Amino acid sequence: MTQLSRRELLRSAVLAGIALPALSACATPAGNGGASQSAPAAGATSAANPLGFTEGKPLEIWIFDGGFGDAYAKDVHEALIKAKHPKLEIKHNATKEIAKTLQPRFAGGNPPEFINNSGADAMDFGALVQDGQLADLTPLFDAPSWDDPAVKVRDTIDPVAIELGSYDGTPYVLNYATTVWGIWYSKKLFDAEGWQPPKTWDEFLKLCETIKKAGKMAPFTYAGKHPFYIYETILTLAAKIGGKDVLKNIDNLEDGAWKAEPVKQAATAFAELGAKYLLQGTAGLDHIQTQTAHNKGQVAMLPCGSWLENEQKDTTPADFDYAMFPLPDFTSSDALPYGTVHARPGEEYVVPSKSGNPRAGMEYMRAMLSKEGAGKFMELVSTLTIVKGAGEGRTLKPGLKSSSDVLTAAGDNTVWFLFRKWYVEMHDEVAAATGQLMSGKLTVDQWTDRVQKKADSIKNDSSVKKFSR
Amino acid sequence: MSHGRLRFVTGFLAVPVALYLIYVIAPYAQAFYIALTDWRGVTASPGFVGLENFRRLFADDVFWTAVGHNLLLLILMPLLTVGIALFFAFLLNAGGRGGAAGVWGSKFYRVVFFFPQVLAVAVVAVLFQQVFRPDRSGMLNAPLIALGFEPVGFLSDTGVALWSILGVLVWQAVGFYVVLFSAGIASIPRDLFEAAAIDGAGGAQLFFRITLPLLWDTIQVGWVYLGIAALDVFAIVWVMTAEHGGPDHSTTVMAAEIYRTAFQYFKFGYASAMGVVLFFFTIGFAALALRLSRRERIEF
Repeated sequence: MTQLSRRELLRSAVLAGIALPALSACATPAGNGGASQSAPAAGATSAANPLGFTEGKPLEIWIFDGGFGDAYAKDVHEALIKAKHPKLEIKHNATKEIAKTLQPRFAGGNPPEFINNSGADAMDFGALVQDGQLADLTPLFDAPSWDDPAVKVRDTIDPVAIELGSYDGTPYVLNYATTVWGIWYSKKLFDAEGWQPPKTWDEFLKLCETIKKAGKMAPFTYAGKHPFYIYETILTLAAKIGGKDVLKNIDNLEDGAWKAEPVKQAATAFAELGAKYLLQGTAGLDHIQTQTAHNKGQVAMLPCGSWLENEQKDTTPADFDYAMFPLPDFTSSDALPYGTVHARPGEEYVVPSKSGNPRAGMEYMRAMLSKEGAGKFMELVSTLTIVKGAGEGRTLKPGLKSSSDVLTAAGDNTVWFLFRKWYVEMHDEVAAATGQLMSGKLTVDQWTDRVQKKADSIKNDSSVKKFSR
Repeated sequence: MSHGRLRFVTGFLAVPVALYLIYVIAPYAQAFYIALTDWRGVTASPGFVGLENFRRLFADDVFWTAVGHNLLLLILMPLLTVGIALFFAFLLNAGGRGGAAGVWGSKFYRVVFFFPQVLAVAVVAVLFQQVFRPDRSGMLNAPLIALGFEPVGFLSDTGVALWSILGVLVWQAVGFYVVLFSAGIASIPRDLFEAAAIDGAGGAQLFFRITLPLLWDTIQVGWVYLGIAALDVFAIVWVMTAEHGGPDHSTTVMAAEIYRTAFQYFKFGYASAMGVVLFFFTIGFAALALRLSRRERIEF
């Protein structure tokens, strides 16, 4: 090879190889310093337009096209607002890739009015809040409700939703759909075999043993490729044993929060369960594969959120009769009573503060929070919502009915954690470590050490904005 | 060079050079700048933090795990791919009797070997997810389970997963290099093989004394390409593994960490710092590979 051609080769090799398309595609941010206006000024308000949006400017809507699809937005909510404000121009959009599509719009200073920031490619809420990109939703919650002008929007919904959508006390995010987590089973199967949903941890282990001995199916599984499904259960049990503060301390990155005794007890309990009663190959299966195995009767129980029934609607046998039970009592001295569940308003919607017509985005939210908007949403996508009494008079599928009952029975005994949203890195580390815990490669102490170390490193990372509740 | 010719050349070069500057050089320069900021992707005015990102990077265990995996792939993937591809190419072209032609059915094999190259990377990844499934639906595990063995967690066992990735990468790359080396072997004059065969050289001697030396240039090119591919591994890992580089970071690579840091953690500054490190790794490798593989050219 001659001198010249070798150089050419070097050059072309370098060019072909190192072009990292991901980074080269993202340009340095442009635009002005960005005066943050977290509470956009309202126009003239009236009874018909209490939020004072501008009718002449369009309302651009972006829906995450995931488990819920985007038909609910088009057919239910947009129809509602269109009927009330015929002059308002609505631009409907749906995508599976929220961040890829919309992040450049934020960097360019012209975000849309309304975003369903959800899915695997959602934008980081912390980063958006930190930069003053989201509108303060206080005017929405103080506005008269859609159905009854005498009642404020705030009083028609679950107050936890407002709390969860708040960052340092300011509500920026509307959490619309309520998710309840629990252990799912086929009521038909349990009735046929004479199995009872367990009330105590001992009963739970005995049930697993009975199922294992019967030999027809594995007792328990979870989405092994996504260990969130099992660390969710561990944390819920930890909160049940030690009280709501266990999760609050974890969220607030308190020193030693992960080393608290209830967390260790819960992790030990599930690690033992994992060692004895898991479906073969669980660690390598994803949520769909395990849930399908559940539908096929290869496994008896799995932990999941209330979206399960809708997600599995194509593979569930007609008489499967989905039902869920809350985590059993670990000991008789648990801090929280039987029936405590992990329930959390989720599915986030935001109004970007620097959009052209932010108040129209809030008006759209007001329509979503109407009884009709929420009730039809509930029927269409088979999930619970934060709107009080939205399900009244509507027919619910067995799984949705069961989770709705569990939630009602729980009352105020609901627990949740937010670090998954606040610090995605933390979530990834907990997931990775918990996967190893369940497959026996980490002891409980190693697990708490690792997770605590990550929490400490995030706490000390000055570039990450901290949140607290 | 006459004046007119200079203008002619300039006219032709202006557009490609401009495109190159705008779409290649400028983004690189920007990445170097972003690496010195704490940009989280949305703000219009990122804060300048100097070398803070690099300081943090040196203490980042996960990133160095990823670098380790890249280095392992950098050594093994070209070695295995080139080795297997050379072997196949030799059999297909000169492996038959007397070295004059390929083994029986070589035309058929040539097509079959190229198949993996035709498939999109994402398709390959999804395909192998099924092949590696740990239950009775897994192509590799089904026979094991049927024989009463415990299924192997090809993608779920932290000690095995990276080797599964390596296997898929080699499987996918071999076909292309078989074709590349076949072309190289085809350009070696037949009479060299025939002469050697008449002098009593066997298959192994033909390969090591004739094919390999005369194919050195082509192998060198393949080596550099494969090395860069090994540093750039992304799609297979991202699509195929749990937790995108898991379980527990056991298969993660630099590109996956960059993507995760930028587009899931929204730490664009930190991710750019990783990108800058990857840039120097790749440049360093290319320069080193070309230095080491420098060799006298054999005229024929």
